[in-house]
Amino acid sequence: MAVYAAPVQELIDELGRLPGVGPKSAQRIAFHLLKLSREDALRLAKAVVEAKDRVAWCTRCFNVAEGELCGICTDDRRDATVVCVVEEPRDLVAVEKTQEFRGRYHVLGGAMSPIEGIGPEHLRVKELLARIDAEEITEVILCTNPNIEGETTAMYLARLLKPLGLRVTRIASGLPVGGDLEYADELTLGRALEGRRELEG
Amino acid sequence: MLYRDHGIVLRTHKLGEADRIVTFVTEHRGKVRAVAKGVRKTKSRFGARLEAPSHVALQLYEGRELDIVTQAESVDHFRDVRTDLDRLARAVTMLEAADQLSLEREPNPRLYRMLLGALRSLAARDSPLVPAAFFWRVLALEGFEPVVDACVTCGTTEDLVAFDLSEGGVLCRADRRGQALSPGALDLMRRILAGRVAGVLEEPASPATVELEHLAVRALEHHIERRLRSVGLLDRG
Repeated sequence: MAVYAAPVQELIDELGRLPGVGPKSAQRIAFHLLKLSREDALRLAKAVVEAKDRVAWCTRCFNVAEGELCGICTDDRRDATVVCVVEEPRDLVAVEKTQEFRGRYHVLGGAMSPIEGIGPEHLRVKELLARIDAEEITEVILCTNPNIEGETTAMYLARLLKPLGLRVTRIASGLPVGGDLEYADELTLGRALEGRRELEG
Repeated sequence: MLYRDHGIVLRTHKLGEADRIVTFVTEHRGKVRAVAKGVRKTKSRFGARLEAPSHVALQLYEGRELDIVTQAESVDHFRDVRTDLDRLARAVTMLEAADQLSLEREPNPRLYRMLLGALRSLAARDSPLVPAAFFWRVLALEGFEPVVDACVTCGTTEDLVAFDLSEGGVLCRADRRGQALSPGALDLMRRILAGRVAGVLEEPASPATVELEHLAVRALEHHIERRLRSVGLLDRG
């Protein structure tokens, strides 16, 4: 026996398919939407439709884009010879927020995971290699996550890119600003020591 | 209930916003799956320690299905393995095999010790035979020690030229089935099974070591009845 009217059940089912939303949360969100005024609910519906219609993947770097190319790729003030390789568009946003990087990006669409059987063929590796000559790239910054999948991906890419004669760098690992040394794990602290730099006196 | 154990991280899965489910093979409790809360945040105190293939001292809180990691201290994080793509790939293959072979909360201290030993060998030197030696030794541990002294059909000790996976042993020229086996590979296999692994790992790469490497992977896959996904992944692309 159906507890809810069919349209309500459908809404709950659809919401329940979103990441991190369980059946109970789906139910709560559904009832919240039902309680909203018509305009408020439609604004959400419209935002979803707009996003789906207008947003695509940038054909150059695979970031989210409103046209063929994303805002970063169309910006001529950016340095086209340096490319920062990230796993997901979310990571690109994180790097962008630092305001330290003025080059372009390349979004891989994930990281290699041998144990899950995710290899280079599942990522946009070929697309990256194709860009090197076409865009006269001189430096590639490997900005994948500092976990085992990200490290594997970075080492694999370094092996592919090095012979092409360009500068291949890996982002440093270190201590979070505002943190305490005694709480740092050995691996991070070890890397922070290894990557130490001279202070200008 | 809280308990302590030593474990090796086999793999991790993302869970929710910032957590991970970590699979360990432990010394006393076999395979354990536990939730590590908040480890994906940069401020996590034990994020780096819970990455494969780390060896860690753990304190866990026993749950019904999943335990919870309350403390983790690094014993060895196998830095030389992690920073070398080839060695890391070999290590991951062994972790995948250990994951398939161990049962949840079913103590298997010898598997744990063998995996630890194999990871240490890999950290000491990069030998392509480390996973092969580990696989043969593990199969022997599981009760599937291959017969390498005499033909499994007729019992002769002369002219052994083939290896059959389903028979689990070598065959002479007259009874040959399965795949061809060179004298060099047979010799290496005998030395591994006799426990003389250190000498075998010093062997330079040769057609015999490559042959043994492939045969070990196939024997293990035959035993677990599925393919090892991490094998040969780096060569694709």
